[in-house]
Formats: sequence, C-alpha cells, structure tokens
Amino acid sequence: MTAIVLPELKNGSGGLPSQPTQPVASHRRDIAVPALLIEDASKRFIVGRKRKPVVAISHVSMRLERGDIHGILGANGSGKSTLIRLISGLLTLDEGRVEVFGHDIVRDEMAVKRLINRVSVDAAFFKKLSPMENLLFAARLYGMDGTRAKREALQILARLGIGANRTTRPIEQMSRGMQQKVAIARALLTSPTLLLLDEPTTGLDPRSKLDVQTFIEELRETHDATIVLTTHDLAEAERLCGRITILNDGRVVAEDTPDGLIALVASRLGRPATLEDVFMTFTGRSLDDDVEEDESESDD
Amino acid sequence: MTIVAHELKASYAFIERNFFLTRRYWGWEIAFLVYSVAGALSISLIGADQGSPTLLLTLMVGAIFWNYLSVVFSWIAETISVERWEGTLEYTMMAPIRRWSQLLGSVLYAMVYGLVHTTVILIVLILFFPQLDLAGANPVTVLAFMLLGSFSFVGIGMIAAILPLLYVERGAQMTFVLQSCLLLVSGVYYSVEILPPWMQVLSHLSPATYVLHGVRAGLLKGTSVVDLFGDVWPLLVMGVVFIPFGLWAFGRAERYAKRTGKLKRVG
Repeated sequence: MTAIVLPELKNGSGGLPSQPTQPVASHRRDIAVPALLIEDASKRFIVGRKRKPVVAISHVSMRLERGDIHGILGANGSGKSTLIRLISGLLTLDEGRVEVFGHDIVRDEMAVKRLINRVSVDAAFFKKLSPMENLLFAARLYGMDGTRAKREALQILARLGIGANRTTRPIEQMSRGMQQKVAIARALLTSPTLLLLDEPTTGLDPRSKLDVQTFIEELRETHDATIVLTTHDLAEAERLCGRITILNDGRVVAEDTPDGLIALVASRLGRPATLEDVFMTFTGRSLDDDVEEDESESDD
Repeated sequence: MTIVAHELKASYAFIERNFFLTRRYWGWEIAFLVYSVAGALSISLIGADQGSPTLLLTLMVGAIFWNYLSVVFSWIAETISVERWEGTLEYTMMAPIRRWSQLLGSVLYAMVYGLVHTTVILIVLILFFPQLDLAGANPVTVLAFMLLGSFSFVGIGMIAAILPLLYVERGAQMTFVLQSCLLLVSGVYYSVEILPPWMQVLSHLSPATYVLHGVRAGLLKGTSVVDLFGDVWPLLVMGVVFIPFGLWAFGRAERYAKRTGKLKRVG
C-alpha cells in the first residue's frame, strides 16, 4: 500500500512546533532549554555489495519540553529505533544536530551520556549474572557507589514487583517480562533526565505490560524525567503520550497530541476516528501488516 | 580529580563484573584450568622424555608463560566480543565513561586472573617434576617480566579488541590468528635463532620474545632484572607505543562502528 504523506500537516494546528532558526545557544537566555531538540537530522546506511545508500532518517526535527512523554509511532523500518540510537550517541549523524538539555550530543558527549538512558525491546544482560550483579555494574558505570546502588536497585525492583529474593539468581532464569522490568530498573537506577524507551512493552504479557505502563505514568508524576517512547501499541501511546510523532520512511509525517491527530484524521475521513486510523492514514498500512511482517521476520 | 575518580570507579565496575562472570562460570574455569595444566604437562613431558632438565625447564617456561600472556591477551581482546555475545555492547557504549577506563579495568582483571591461573599451573608442574632444581631461580626477575609483558601486551590486546567491533560474525575468531602468529615468532618452545631471517625480524616486534627470554634467564640462571636490561627496554618501548596506539585505533574503530551501525548487531 502506498503511504499517504500529508506535508501540509507539518504546519498549522496539526503540524510541527516552530523550530528556532538561530542556534539554540543564542536563545537560552530567553526561552526554556528543551529537554530534547532534534534539528534536520539525517542518517543513511550503505548496504549490500553494491554499496547502495539507504535513508534511515531524513531531515527529522523534534522538540521535547521537560517532563514530556513523547511517543514515536511508525511501521517497522520507519526509523524509530535509528532515531533513538542517534539520540543515544550509538550512531553518528550524517546531517543535522541533536541537543539534550542544551548539550550538543557530539561536542558534549559525556555530559549528554550522563543525562540519558535507554530501554530497548530486547532486555540485554549478562545472562549468567543476577539482576543485582547486572544493576551494580550499570550503576558503577554511571558513578554510583555499590551500597547506594544496591539500596536503590532493591527499591526500584520492589516497585516493579520483583522481590529481593529474586535478585540473586541468574537473570536467565527469569521470564521475558521480568527481564524487561530489570532493564527498566537498570535505566532508572542512573536517574536519567531523558529516558529513551524503545518498544519497552513489546512481547510482554498483558499483566507485565500494564505494570510497565503504570510505572511509566508514575515516573511522569514523581520523577523529573522526560520520556521518548517508541511503540507499536496504539492504546499505550494514547494512554501515556502527551504528543506523538509519526515517522514513515524515516520522515516525520505528523506530530500533535493524540486527540489532535485523531481530530485531524476524523475531519479528513468525515467520521469518528481512532489512533489506528491515524496510523493507517499516515503510514499507509494497518497494524495487521506490521504484525504479519514481524511474524515473517521471526520465521526467517 | 573528580573525573579521574569517576573513571577509576568505572574501571572497577569492569573488574567486579569480570569477577562475577568468573564466579558464575566456575565449572568452565575448572575445565579451562585442567585444559591448561594438561597442555603444559604434555609439552613439558617432551623435555622429560629427552632426559634433559634444561630442555624440560625451557619447554615448561614456554608453556606456562605463554599461557599467562594468552590469558591476558584473551581477556582484553574479548572485552568487546563478550558484550556483543550478551547483547550489552550498546549499553556499555552509552555509559558516560572513557574507553581507557573500560580497557584499564579489563587489563587489571586479566593480569590478576592470569597470575592466579599461572601460579596454579606452575605449582602443579613443580609437583609433577620434583627433580627440577629451582633453588637458583630469581623470582623477582620472573615477576618483573610477567608484569612488563602484561604492560606491553595491553596495546596489542586493544588492537585485537577492535576486530570483534569491526567484524561482527568472525571478529572474535580473528584474534586467534593474531595470537598464533605471536606464538610462531616469539620463541615460545624453541629458540628464535632457528627461524628464517625474515621471521627473526618479526620476533623482535613481539613482546613475548623478550618476556620469555627474561623469564628463562631468571628461572634457569637466576639473572637479575638489571642484567636483562636489553630485554626490559624493548618491552617498555612497546608498552609506551602500543597502548596509546591501541587506544587511538580503538577510538577510530568505535567511530567507524557508530557511522556504519555495527554496534547494533549481535554476533
């Protein structure tokens, strides 16, 4: 199915927030520093024997204010995870720039690294080590001492429903949902002010998913964290996100509040709309297409 | 000072994590120790079979101390491949630490692990060959060359650690190629004089050549470190040259991996 790209949505009520035309540094005295500022970011990869360039992210711009939970939606391969990796400093930008709380991710790499952490779809750990050993390692990398790290790790894990008695056995003995909760605990332990959640609930059972979602809501209420959330779960996005950006083929095709996007698509369709209608309108594919693609990838 | 303290804390994180891993894989550690002892014994028995105490000691030193250098080299070279295997590489690369502190932690743990491992093998071999007379050995020389050897091997280990960063599927295996080439030219089980002239040139570039020569002199003849200065200075120079070069090369490889997206893939 061909993607329906609506460039006019980038302006007006349903469009992108206006971007500063001057360097952010010159604005700092006048306006609040955004938690995350992405300006005209692009990333290409060279793939295959013919060394064909593939555009993963194309001229993406975003601005997140402190305390926002900002959702990024898009089909598989739309560039969501690449964007998260660019913000994390795990990929270099070909063009554009990214700032985290006013720190350029290239020039102030260490300062940015201290401010961010990430949870990805796959809970990667040293599988033979226990949750506590894994968390202790992560905490020390962020400058925490062992005693404090253990105390805070236990508190966070307890909040996520993992008791102290489960923290000493190898993590490979835990279920996928439990491992993902430990991954969230690992990110929170370092008190990130910008938390990047890359499909954190994908593959979790409904109860674990609900636990994680509730925890994210609590974070918004109790912690001074700004959150970027990529997800395929539209109900989750609607529940958690204050604003949503939709990516398609590496480009931003829409950005607004969930209600704003739904209202916009409803007016175009001439009937009440859901977030799934929004997704289909802007990406040109249904969620079923994505699920089928996921399944065929796992079969491979 | 705060930055240095933070980086040292990060180095400690790698030491502690590697200790945890060793503790969890204790079964494998015992198996590896048995393998190493059996290997060292097999090679040493060639000397015993020839009825030559000198040959026995020469082979024994080669087997034991090559084992030490291999262990140190492997731990450093596997800094990346272990994380790639576990899928944690991106998280470690995201952490606010400098690469030298990561490598320092790996190196320090490798040295302690190697020393413990080698000591066990040495004790077993001494018990197995009670006829060996080590009364005239100079343990200070032996220890000094082990430490100097570790220092000079660090840079080579860092360069080897680049391979799993650049070659996702087979990078870890490629480090074995480097290791076997060092084994070939370093006079581990034979004198480098028997090598073809072009290989002898290469032997001068391997720190193992000087380490083994120094250890053998200390163990067999009781020679002091001062009298072995001809073996000490090349090791110092190699450490001074290879470590900064290894760090520089690692940094370049990391930037390349970030540009091409090679950090993501799990081997």
